[in-house]
Amino acid sequence: MAINLKTAVKFTHKHLLGIQYLSIPEVNLILDESLAFVELNRQENKKLKILNGKTQINLFFENSTRTLSSFELAGKRLGADVMNMNVAHSSIKKGETLIDTAMTLNAMHPDLLVIRHQDSGAANLLSQKVNCSVINAGDGTREHPTQALLDAMTIKMKKGKIEGLRVAICGDIMHSRVARSNIYLLNMLGAEVRVIGPSTLMPKYIESFGVKAFTDMEKGLEGSDIIMMLRMQTERMDGSYVPSTREYYEFFALDYKKIKNAKADALIMHPGPMNRGIEIDTSLADDINRSIIIQQVEMGVAVRMAVLKILMENKK
Amino acid sequence: MKKQCIINTRIIDPGNNIDQIGGLLINEEGKIEAIGAKVTKDNVSDAIIYDCKDKITIPGIVDMRVFVGEPGFEYKENFRTLSQAAVSGGVTAVATMPNTNPVIDNVSTLDFVKRRSRDKSTIKIFPLATLTKNADGKEITEFGLLKLRGAWGFTDGLSCVQSNKVMDRIFNYGKNKEILIIQFTQDNELSENGVINDSLLATKLGLKSIPAIAEQIIIERDLLLLEQYHTKYHIALISSKESIDIIKKAKEKGLKFTVGVSINNLSLNDNDIGDFKTFLKLSPPLRSEQDRLALIKAVKEGIIDVIVSDHKPEDEESKRLTFQQAASGASGIETLLPLALELFHNGSCELNLLIKNLTSNPAKILGIRNGTLSVGSEADIAVFDLNKPWVLKKENILSKSKNTAIENRKLQGKVSKTFINGKLVFSE
Repeated sequence: MAINLKTAVKFTHKHLLGIQYLSIPEVNLILDESLAFVELNRQENKKLKILNGKTQINLFFENSTRTLSSFELAGKRLGADVMNMNVAHSSIKKGETLIDTAMTLNAMHPDLLVIRHQDSGAANLLSQKVNCSVINAGDGTREHPTQALLDAMTIKMKKGKIEGLRVAICGDIMHSRVARSNIYLLNMLGAEVRVIGPSTLMPKYIESFGVKAFTDMEKGLEGSDIIMMLRMQTERMDGSYVPSTREYYEFFALDYKKIKNAKADALIMHPGPMNRGIEIDTSLADDINRSIIIQQVEMGVAVRMAVLKILMENKK
Repeated sequence: MKKQCIINTRIIDPGNNIDQIGGLLINEEGKIEAIGAKVTKDNVSDAIIYDCKDKITIPGIVDMRVFVGEPGFEYKENFRTLSQAAVSGGVTAVATMPNTNPVIDNVSTLDFVKRRSRDKSTIKIFPLATLTKNADGKEITEFGLLKLRGAWGFTDGLSCVQSNKVMDRIFNYGKNKEILIIQFTQDNELSENGVINDSLLATKLGLKSIPAIAEQIIIERDLLLLEQYHTKYHIALISSKESIDIIKKAKEKGLKFTVGVSINNLSLNDNDIGDFKTFLKLSPPLRSEQDRLALIKAVKEGIIDVIVSDHKPEDEESKRLTFQQAASGASGIETLLPLALELFHNGSCELNLLIKNLTSNPAKILGIRNGTLSVGSEADIAVFDLNKPWVLKKENILSKSKNTAIENRKLQGKVSKTFINGKLVFSE
């Protein structure tokens, strides 16, 4: 089936800036490609030559462990030369603008630029100024497309499908790019998406995205197949949105009591990094019957390999 | 100077309730000598004649909210470049904002601006000074001295006085000195880090918003203080429908104050921002189409008194950034009149009312003699073609900065001549 899709569908974008720009066949193309890489990553010899001679620069303006290493590994396994730019110590801090940095990197002729930035729209801005393909690895509170793709991949692997599933996204919806990308993608693939969180962390117009919003977690979790927990993005907050982490834990953390409202076989996801004891009960996070957080990380590498490959094939 | 005569023109001078076909004679001193139907080619002798058939002659536009880069931001705009931009749009007088570097919060900086503008500016500059020192909202400036030395009004310009105590003092002491208080109405905390209207678009773009209530809360507070002190108070810019409701009620109650609106908020809405167009990052932000239509209605009903360009030149480096980091504001003095005429052409507003909001009303609020075509007054005049179609191209912008919010917009109506003190300073 994957082969049929590949020949039928053409990926029309030079960049991956957000899920909102993709079509359903394009998303399926990425997911199908990823499947092959899941297999590869489990083998002893994981190295391919697909991206031999290609240069990939990971330009991260925000701290990241899992996304950065996932992209690095994805590029290397495909044979690309991968360079990580740690911007915290570079000239950006000395006042160089994003565009100047982009132009400098562009002069080094990279083929792929993976960017994470604290400002929404940063990847879009960059894509207008460089010649290579740009992948958004998270821009402000807007999109994190590869996270949504890897989440979809994980759900598909575990549940066999996405269509018809009820997915509850819980926590700091307002400051979450993961939530936005997942809402776009899961809606596209036919899931029923709910968002749960305190009203102060819920964007006012969120239901216009085609989701149902809940401030009562137990109600929101009812009949859920998938529960996606989000981290409180304290670094993006001005002042406190909830009275205390203790109160937050009481009403919005996932624990064994609240999860009873979801389906008996409901699975737990988290994009990481996790705050144990704030948004999730620590033993629940480690419950192998429930938690698929580790699988998400595994899928992350495969999905990113697929994205890199498709964008480079598209270039030919 | 030779006598000059504009003939065969439609004269609109809302300050004097004039709307008739006729002519206008400018004497040797650059003052208006005669106006009306009697002024024709035949009864003036030895004068330069400008036949302005099918054109409209109005008082030079008075723009109450203009940022000029002197001192401190000369690379964005100076008095010379501002003047050339202004006259091409029929603007002959402007109130300049005190948000320079250093800010105009003391007599010596004010003197500097007055001298620079006297030497370099073609248009008439009416400087405003800040309400508080360094425009930080803490201590009031020398209202009395600054007024004596030529500050025409007081405003913190880009920022709003937050402290209720300080604002109370401003009203109290300001009443004593009979100053004009101009407030940029926005609560800092409710708009913290905000860059865009509070809407679905803000959530989609992942940008922090500036809710309309941030504007209302300050308007409500200031109007409460105004009830106590009854001094000259002007709301610089309003952007939302809800603000109009508050203002309407207060005006109906008999409270005396005036209100301005930016031409940007009358001509654009937040959807125009699209995928992060930083040239449309404005303060106050562009709001919804409903807000825009409500603002137009408020102009029509006389709830709004003044239309301003909110001309804020920004260099390319300040705009070539992410939306969050980019400077706010748009260069717009050249297109103030054409955009206002759009409201006439699409049937939203009477022409005379629009001209009134651009000329006699702002002049009256500032307390300056300009803004009318009264006999004996300085001949500051704009002549324009009501119907001429044109397209705004970035490369044709005369302001030093090219950050227009309406690039490539099709406009209808263009200035063909501008006079200041009887001198022809712009002619197309």
